[in-house]
Amino acid sequence: MQLNITTDKKYIISSIILIVFIVILIKLFLLQIVEQSYKLSASNNVFRYIPQYPARGLVYDRNGDLIVCNQAAYDLMVIKNEVKAFDTVEFASILGISKEQVKASFIQIKRMKGYSPYKPSVFLKQISTKTYAILQEKLYKYPGFDVHPRTLRTYPYKMASHLFGYVGEVDSSIIAKNPYYQLGDYIGVNGLEKSYEKELRGKKGVKIFMVDVHNRIKGSYENGLYDTAAVVGKDIVCTIDAKLQSYGENLMVNKIGSIVAIEPKTGEVLAMISSPIYDPELLVGRNRKNNVKILQSDTLKPIFNRSLMAPYPPGSTFKIVNGLIGLQEGTVYPTTRYGCAGGFPIGRGVGCHIHPSPLAFTQAIQMSCNTYFCYVFRGIIDKPMLGSAEAGFSIWKKHVESFGFGNRLNIDLPNEQRGTVPSVSFYDRYFRKGGWNSLTIISLSIGQGELGATPLQIANLSSIIANRGYYYSPHVVKEIKEFDGIDPKYTTKYTTTIDSTWFDYVVEGMDMAVNGGAGGTALNAALPNIRICGKTGTAQNPHGADHSVFIAFAPKDDPKIAIAVYIENAGFGGTWASPIASLMIEKYLADSISRPDLEKYIQDAVLLDRHAGKK
Amino acid sequence: MQERNSTWGGLDWPTIFIYLALVFMGWINIYAAVYSDEHNSILDFTQRYGMQLVWIIFAFALALVILLIDRRVYFVFAYFFYGLALLSLIAALLFGRVVNGAHSWLQFGSVGIQPAEFTKFATILALAKLIGVFNFKILQPSSLLKISIIILLPAFIIILQNDTGSAMVYGALILLLYREGLPNWFMLFLLFMVILFILVIIASNAFILITLFCITILLYLIYGDKQKEAIIYAISTILFGLALYFTLKYLGYKISSTYIILFSMLIGTPLAIAYAFLRRIHFIYYLTIFLVVTTSFSLSVDYGYHKVLPIHQQKRINDLLGIEADPQGWGYNVNQSKIAIGSGGFSGKGFLGGTQTKFNFVPEQSTDFIFCTVGEEWGFIGSSVVLSLFLILILRLIMLAERQRESFARVYGYGVVSILFFHVAVNVGMTIGLFPVIGIPLPFFSYGGSSLWAFTILLFIFIKLDSSR
Repeated sequence: MQLNITTDKKYIISSIILIVFIVILIKLFLLQIVEQSYKLSASNNVFRYIPQYPARGLVYDRNGDLIVCNQAAYDLMVIKNEVKAFDTVEFASILGISKEQVKASFIQIKRMKGYSPYKPSVFLKQISTKTYAILQEKLYKYPGFDVHPRTLRTYPYKMASHLFGYVGEVDSSIIAKNPYYQLGDYIGVNGLEKSYEKELRGKKGVKIFMVDVHNRIKGSYENGLYDTAAVVGKDIVCTIDAKLQSYGENLMVNKIGSIVAIEPKTGEVLAMISSPIYDPELLVGRNRKNNVKILQSDTLKPIFNRSLMAPYPPGSTFKIVNGLIGLQEGTVYPTTRYGCAGGFPIGRGVGCHIHPSPLAFTQAIQMSCNTYFCYVFRGIIDKPMLGSAEAGFSIWKKHVESFGFGNRLNIDLPNEQRGTVPSVSFYDRYFRKGGWNSLTIISLSIGQGELGATPLQIANLSSIIANRGYYYSPHVVKEIKEFDGIDPKYTTKYTTTIDSTWFDYVVEGMDMAVNGGAGGTALNAALPNIRICGKTGTAQNPHGADHSVFIAFAPKDDPKIAIAVYIENAGFGGTWASPIASLMIEKYLADSISRPDLEKYIQDAVLLDRHAGKK
Repeated sequence: MQERNSTWGGLDWPTIFIYLALVFMGWINIYAAVYSDEHNSILDFTQRYGMQLVWIIFAFALALVILLIDRRVYFVFAYFFYGLALLSLIAALLFGRVVNGAHSWLQFGSVGIQPAEFTKFATILALAKLIGVFNFKILQPSSLLKISIIILLPAFIIILQNDTGSAMVYGALILLLYREGLPNWFMLFLLFMVILFILVIIASNAFILITLFCITILLYLIYGDKQKEAIIYAISTILFGLALYFTLKYLGYKISSTYIILFSMLIGTPLAIAYAFLRRIHFIYYLTIFLVVTTSFSLSVDYGYHKVLPIHQQKRINDLLGIEADPQGWGYNVNQSKIAIGSGGFSGKGFLGGTQTKFNFVPEQSTDFIFCTVGEEWGFIGSSVVLSLFLILILRLIMLAERQRESFARVYGYGVVSILFFHVAVNVGMTIGLFPVIGIPLPFFSYGGSSLWAFTILLFIFIKLDSSR
């Protein structure tokens, strides 16, 4: 076996060496020429893309008052490997957190995606300017820590939290869906901030730096050739009247419900209140998550935007719709009179309150006679030439939907609910096919039963009546600065299926309800100088006492404001809802209150007991 | 022995030119690796490239001195140098400065010296003197013992210094010994052991033991003549093992399959030896020795790897073998090094254009990881040129060694070849993930006086020996 010719070994050794070098060269070839990922890794190593965050656009009210603006805040960043031992107690006290939280933060950053001890990680988000002022002077004591400036929202008028929504940090699902966003970016989460996110956010810029292994910036890449500047977000003029909004919020203290006021000629929302309200500042900054939790656990559901999301039964305000359909279909005439002896006597029957009898159309509106509108509703459903309740009901439904019920009005805010208008198929399922008729569904005649409408839809109804038959989709943005016009869908006129002449009778009835003397349901809404037209509602509901409802518009002949007021479980519409609406109208049109006593009475009222009015 | 009159005429200039080229390339790559805008003069002596220039000038002076000294000095004082080197190693171990956990530096004023670097040429000189004696029989036990002592003594002290990487270099001298008479089968056996070593780390013990058993049986089937008995033997061992396994399982004992296999193999061994004795088949003795040696090697590697080897060395090997990846931790060096080299592409990012090395993403980039700068800034072309220069140098040295008339010079030449080859292959191998990270420099390239001077001495003694052959 043994080779003795030693010169052969020279070749064997040379071959071994040659083979090893060839293996190394092959590996180099694979590494440098075949494999491309190292080039990317190298760029990831050395390039730091520092996003340049633009300031979010500001929001003004319809009179030019600034209502949403920005404040500076600072994210405290840490590069773990540069941190030296430090006085945690002092550090924690500067930041206003506990010593344990400091430790917890260190543990937490390690769990974050993409964590590296060489790169800055967010140690504490959104430090206030005040804390930053103290921290800044002592930052030299804490190597490895640094701050990144950010902007947060602030609200000069602490109001309209539901409408503005709030700004939060993007989560991984948003990042996955939209490549614009990166970890740490802010995004409008709700309300106006969400629906106008694209306009408000502006455009992020980026600065490209080269860093060394310790993440020290070594200079900008190619002298900033590839950097882009941040574009500031567009300012928005909102349709809201800040004074009216905060006045309404003030009136709604200790009441649950909603107020929506619309300018009928344009569909611009003047005020939108959902009560209970909460301070919009609660959802800004570091404590947001905590505060959201607290608000969510509140039984009065302050976060829930009742104006857009609560499908209340419309109650008696809906009699107007039924009346108009009856007039349009010719199944009732302005002169038609129906007697009322305390209720509608057919079928299960519907009760009524005490009022003169018989009544004609306008008086029936004025006094809100249940019986009258039961007859009107039956007339529509059982119209002889149509032949069946289903056919009559379909006609009725088509008219109802032309008022914007049962569908979104497409307001420029998220989470708007459709409300409900029942369908033939619904009743076919609920009873059975052919198993229902005008009497089975008689509750619809007085706005009860399977109907659900949001305060926005009810306010829109008021707006339609003020306009005598048409509406513009309600919206909250009047103008986006440096941008031509608003969405064309808000300048599109929607006309109802009811001829405008029929509206005069309704308007007359609503006028009399407020100003007509004896029998009017909302006499306490009347104002000497402003002609208000209104209609009360008392919405029965399964949650407790009846909701107090009122819709109104004013002035009668040139309406500038249409309003809907819902006070949950506050009983008769004329008790609470109508004076609130009246005060709102006066505030908006006259800018002063002539009835301070009434104002104080309303402000002081506590209507939080859901069962107070229920017998 | 006749000497040439002219020292200069006999010099092997190609070797010297390659040496000069490598030293120059090393210097500019150190400049690129350490380069920053604040210190951009290549003659700035506060920076490593400035210092390297000083080391280079010293190295040239050393080379000149070595060429001027009478060649007989190296032969006569070989053991003296060796003893001196050992003493300095011990001095470093006892009084040395600790760098990166190793007691391997002797401090003279502001200059630090790493004796381990200089021990290499001394050891080779001593080996050359031992083996170069006329009629030296390398395979005699006494010769092997002497060789082992000469090689293992410095290696052992260096291990004590906690610098295992530098100690491993001595393993490369196996090439020299092979050239001087170690048989081929021994080299094959070594290769087998290396493969076995890797397998032990990757695979389970049970798998290794079964494989070794099968190889033994296979060797017998190939070289032996009683195939039938071998098969019967194998099958009965397997059956015994299986029976043992199921019996124990049935009885409810939980014993690792490794032990069952080991036990079955041990039971069979005396039988095989008895059979060999009766039938006088000596071949079986060798096979039994093979089986016992490899088995105990595997088990001790397994034990040593998991229980004795420091965790960082274990992790480095795991990282290399792909058992576990940890690019931010243990694998950080190699990962960054691969990124730097890989991002160089075909033609590199150009001189001073390397971001990875310039911004310190690669640790130890001017010393052990200097090849990263070559890879990143000069690309595949540059890497190939550097490697080719080393290859040409080593092959040329083999050629020179072979043309020596004296064994002393030849043995020394092969020593230089072994050491250079090991350093280049392992250093470049570790930067590209072919070899675990052990901190040894790239000859002539890496920053540092000790390393540059030691390699210069190593090479130029041979050039001197060759020039006056």
